Amino acid sequence: MAVYLNQFIEAIDGKLLTSDIKLDQVKITDGYVSDLLSDVMGSAKEDQVWITIMKHLNSVAVASLANIPCIVFAKGIKPDPNVIEKAIEEQVTLISSDLPSFQIAGKLYMLLQKSG
Amino acid sequence: MPGSEAVKSNKPEFWDIDQDVDDNKSFILKPPEPELVMDYEVEARNYAKAGKASTDIKLTLKKLGVDPVILRKAAIACYEAEINVVAHSKGGKIFAYIYDDRVLIKLVDDGPGIKNIDQAMLPGFSTADELAREMGFGAGLGLPNIKKNCDAMYITSSLGSNTILAFIIFFTPPES
Repeated sequence: MAVYLNQFIEAIDGKLLTSDIKLDQVKITDGYVSDLLSDVMGSAKEDQVWITIMKHLNSVAVASLANIPCIVFAKGIKPDPNVIEKAIEEQVTLISSDLPSFQIAGKLYMLLQKSG
Repeated sequence: MPGSEAVKSNKPEFWDIDQDVDDNKSFILKPPEPELVMDYEVEARNYAKAGKASTDIKLTLKKLGVDPVILRKAAIACYEAEINVVAHSKGGKIFAYIYDDRVLIKLVDDGPGIKNIDQAMLPGFSTADELAREMGFGAGLGLPNIKKNCDAMYITSSLGSNTILAFIIFFTPPES
């Protein structure tokens, strides 16, 4: 069960906030939804996509330290430029989508199911 | 090297200062000479700078070739501990003592101390302020997450004094 980041971005009508990665080569196999950073560190698994509304700099630190390759900001939330800069430095991909967390997670779930 | 024969525990341990004596505890209380020491100042309430020490320690361990699974455990435990100092203390220091088979991470803050350690260890219990909660912390998972990700842990504190937290992470995962 895997989809590629470009398929996922298309499904959630997401905007890529960072660059420099080959979207059709980044594989997604799972996701995690949470706005509590300690919960993410305690329970998110490596290589999951993290869906959240927490746009502070600490989100990037958490993703980087816990080996989470991609953060999706729900509800059209966009972090400040310094957060995006930090994410590029830490090689964390940031995506913003206008959809709420529930729908983003749902779309990812459907994509993963379809991918067999 | 001295201390490297210490027994690996399958579960992280939590000690109060007067309880069980074993190899890990004596290692923490009287660490042998490490291969490498790193130390960092941690500022109270500075969330923009929080994570710098943990990131640096992670990068150093990575360069030393530490297994990625262990590396992630060390990074998470260290970051939670760093955030605790930022969110709760008057500031403090982080030390990383690196050995050939483990890392010992020690945090010493300038107070104000923990009123009840048993309570602080309970998942969900938090005394975090509004700012910490706004930053996405304060879920009461800090110390439990540290415990979950380390091989041995030691904490001592009381209200009005400082808090010392130290934990060991072995570079080879213990037999499960």
